[in-house]
Amino acid sequence: MPHDNSYTGQEFKVVGNRFARPDGVDKVTGRARYGADASAPGQLVARVLRSPHAHAKITKIDTAKAERLSGVKAVITSDDLPDLTGGDRGMADILENCMARGRALYDGHAVAAVAAVDEQTARKALKLIKVTYEVLPHVTDVDEAMKPEAPVIHDWVFTGGVNPQPTKPCNVANRTEMGHGDVDAGFAQADVVIERSYKTEQTHQGYIEPHACLASVNSDGSAEMWVTTQGPFSYRTVCASLLGMDLAKLKVTSSEIGGGFGGKTHVWAEPLALALSRKANRPVKLVMTRDEVFRATGPTASTSIDVKVGAKKNGEITAAELELRYQGGAFPGIWGMLGCMTGFACYDIANQRSVGWDVIVNRPKVAAYRAPSAPMAAYAVESIMDVVAEEIGMDPVDFRLKNVAKEGAQAPYGPIYGPIGIESALNAVKENPHMKVKLKKNQGRGVACGFWFNIGGQTCVDLNIGTDGSVNLAVGTVDVGGARSSMGMIAAEELGIDYEDVKVHVADTASLGHNDTTEGSRGTFSSGMATIFAARDAIEVLKERAAQMLDVPKESIQWENGTASATGAENSNLPTLTLKEIAAKSHNTGGPIAGHNEVTADGAGMGFAAHICDVEVDPETGLTKILKYTVVQDAGKAIHPDYVEGQFQGAAAQGIGWALNEEYVYGEDGRLQNPGFLDYRIPVCSDLPFIDTMILEIPNPNHPYGIRGVGETSIVPPLGAVGNAIANATGVRMNHAPMSPIRVLEALDRAGVSGDQVSAG
Amino acid sequence: MSEAVLVSTTVNGDVVEFACPTDEVLLDSLRDRVGLTGVKEGCGTGDCGACSITLDGQLVCSCLVLGVEADGRDITTVEGLTEDGELHPLQQKFIDHAALQCGVCTPGFLVAAKALLDRNPNPTETEIRYALAGNLCRCTGYDKIVRAVQASAKELNKARR
Amino acid sequence: MQVSLNGALRSAADGNGSVDVDAATIRELITKLVDRFPKLSAEVDKGVAVAIDGVVYRDDWTVRIPDDAEVFLMPRIAGG
Ligand code: FES
Ligand code: FES
Repeated sequence: MPHDNSYTGQEFKVVGNRFARPDGVDKVTGRARYGADASAPGQLVARVLRSPHAHAKITKIDTAKAERLSGVKAVITSDDLPDLTGGDRGMADILENCMARGRALYDGHAVAAVAAVDEQTARKALKLIKVTYEVLPHVTDVDEAMKPEAPVIHDWVFTGGVNPQPTKPCNVANRTEMGHGDVDAGFAQADVVIERSYKTEQTHQGYIEPHACLASVNSDGSAEMWVTTQGPFSYRTVCASLLGMDLAKLKVTSSEIGGGFGGKTHVWAEPLALALSRKANRPVKLVMTRDEVFRATGPTASTSIDVKVGAKKNGEITAAELELRYQGGAFPGIWGMLGCMTGFACYDIANQRSVGWDVIVNRPKVAAYRAPSAPMAAYAVESIMDVVAEEIGMDPVDFRLKNVAKEGAQAPYGPIYGPIGIESALNAVKENPHMKVKLKKNQGRGVACGFWFNIGGQTCVDLNIGTDGSVNLAVGTVDVGGARSSMGMIAAEELGIDYEDVKVHVADTASLGHNDTTEGSRGTFSSGMATIFAARDAIEVLKERAAQMLDVPKESIQWENGTASATGAENSNLPTLTLKEIAAKSHNTGGPIAGHNEVTADGAGMGFAAHICDVEVDPETGLTKILKYTVVQDAGKAIHPDYVEGQFQGAAAQGIGWALNEEYVYGEDGRLQNPGFLDYRIPVCSDLPFIDTMILEIPNPNHPYGIRGVGETSIVPPLGAVGNAIANATGVRMNHAPMSPIRVLEALDRAGVSGDQVSAG
Repeated sequence: MSEAVLVSTTVNGDVVEFACPTDEVLLDSLRDRVGLTGVKEGCGTGDCGACSITLDGQLVCSCLVLGVEADGRDITTVEGLTEDGELHPLQQKFIDHAALQCGVCTPGFLVAAKALLDRNPNPTETEIRYALAGNLCRCTGYDKIVRAVQASAKELNKARR
Repeated sequence: MQVSLNGALRSAADGNGSVDVDAATIRELITKLVDRFPKLSAEVDKGVAVAIDGVVYRDDWTVRIPDDAEVFLMPRIAGG
């Protein structure tokens, strides 16, 4: 695996190796406990009744019969969840999304819930709840929802970001504009100006583990929740505030998490489990079915995008414009805004403008999905980059390199970039042997770039050294893909001890201070930073203890390779002390030895990637097969290269699924027609080749080890890379993702008729 | 509660008896009655393979089998792959090759991969990919899973020789 | 020092894309901006970040802003 270390100045002993993860044995033997794997004595089973309508007024809910059924211990409706949000719009939306309040806003919206002694009884009880609906007109398409004649979903939404603010409510929640320079002047300088429109369909994170929790509320108001989540602390904050509980009295423990990708940053049914437990005064276990996961958790936005690029014959882009329409489901979102901020981020374009529209439709509330909003904008931008390159007769990679963003370029959202890795990534693509592999008939190659911000945030860790010198590290970010290993390696590196001597735990909310949700590729960046500082904190204590043991002033103690020694010629006869030796004597030198750190990890380094994709398109069926795929991405510093590669590969596979197959299909009736893995088809093992990876290490100057987040960026390029490869293979440009067999076939047919560049979908 | 039937079955070598409602799937019986929560539910409809077990040596989705059908049969779950506390080579290779990220798909993959290698000790990459096509993994892109299975096949063959 | 604003933040600042503010820290910067443009307060509640010479600060308002730094007020983003 090519692994470029030339950029890092630092020498590492532990970091950068490929150790076995500490939770590995638990996970290959079936012992690891996920959301649905916990139980409590006397636990009840919860089931949720959901709206079959896309939009309907709920005139009556009759729960009497269900309550009378033997074995039913609690039935709740929105009446059991009084609005305590006190004017906080965001919280009120979450509350209403958890359970409909007088109106069902999408197919799958929760209407009532029951807790019963077993699954069979709970299901029977649901059938006994009688809901009277008055069906309202609905809209599920983003472009339709923006039309003046569309049914208005909320009478309290007035488009923000336009001056003056409209006085009539409508489905457009917000308009955002970003950019700099003078686009009109820029287009006037261009030799070619090209405009295109693209559409992408709604996709779901598709984590294999459905949402699950075990909630237990006591009569004294204290409560516990075991739950699969990316953010135990934010789940605690949200649940406590929706249910009127004290933070400190609600202990949230994050189970092992069976995938999240953004979908487990948000509460869905967890407050219902708590409300049921409170009412029944028994522990309640709530596990979603796959159907519920698709219909009633937070997929990503579907979009419709216009893009315009002007360039000179020499390849210089003189101006570029994006107009992005993103639907956020039944509540206002920020997704169009994020599209604006990311669309042109890989390029240095002096005159650029991006306008984003956030639109409300009768679909489930959109949540973050891995680099949220960026893949769709990149699909449009990376597709048109190839179209423009072809028009001016330039190689698409050279065209990208000609305009690539470097240190000092201005990002679409304003700031000037520090050191970033997209130019290196594109150069690595250019040199990659993959680019020289010969293509046959019906085969094509595409290249595309991607950007994601990455974030930091509030983080703390506790590092405790046992009397035998072994180390417990408690972190507050969850382990979705080997994070325990990385944290253990960082602690070992700093302390100068063996990786095997560190044991990393994901702490519950009662045992550690607040940690922000594990999102935005922040886990390794932030907890890594806190771990480094906590270890350094512990080293200070170790030095002080060593000073006592050697009877020298602390100032003369130095710490190197896990041992303390006294400096100075006069001390040359003194022994060196290992961490183990100091720990063994800790009871005589002041008690337990620990290091702590609470930090706001700011200065996350931007993530950039470039991908190469080879496809073969079957002209008979329209089926696209991925032949070869390469990911090049900047990691800043790869702590555990296996898991960095794993992030690249997993993100690319998700992007490929989005590019080729995955989509939410809504019927005329506004109901989701494919809420299952059979019809919502994610890539399976036989769909993909090996995914080659190349890790670049361009250190993030704001992190002691140079770490950048790596989790999200590589979901951004695949839509463009696959689309470009299809165009290269067939001569037909697809502008509607997923580029499923039917859409490709239609486009090929149309191309066959007209012989021209075709619009598909 | 629906009618329950007494089921007697062998699970990972041990005889197990439980009262099983006639409409309960084997996945739920194994998880809730036998306590083997290594068997995962990802879909309940036979599409994800997280619930894979072998029933008389045959690879099945336990979410598509009724608990009562297990009567008198022989079941292996992921919990039965270790022998005398030793990890099965597949289990070890999955760890060594970082073939799991979140790990929730792993039990199903291990059972399915073992069924493959029992039947075909020298699978090609394509054979591995098709044999595992009934198991969904959303985290890894399958790259490291396929490599781990290849490495296990090699090791098992070495041991056999 | 000049602070640049984009998107919804610009609209909330009465359409000003660039504002002159004297501030030593992020906290001071935000307080002064909200004083001047009360509509910004809602945006601050939704979440803002400040980029100082290209480094994005989402949370820590104690950060000092050097003289003649390049400063951008931007929406606070999260991720998956
Ligand atoms: S749970 Fe059985 S196949 Fe998905
Ligand atoms: S490792 Fe997460 S689904 Fe496979």
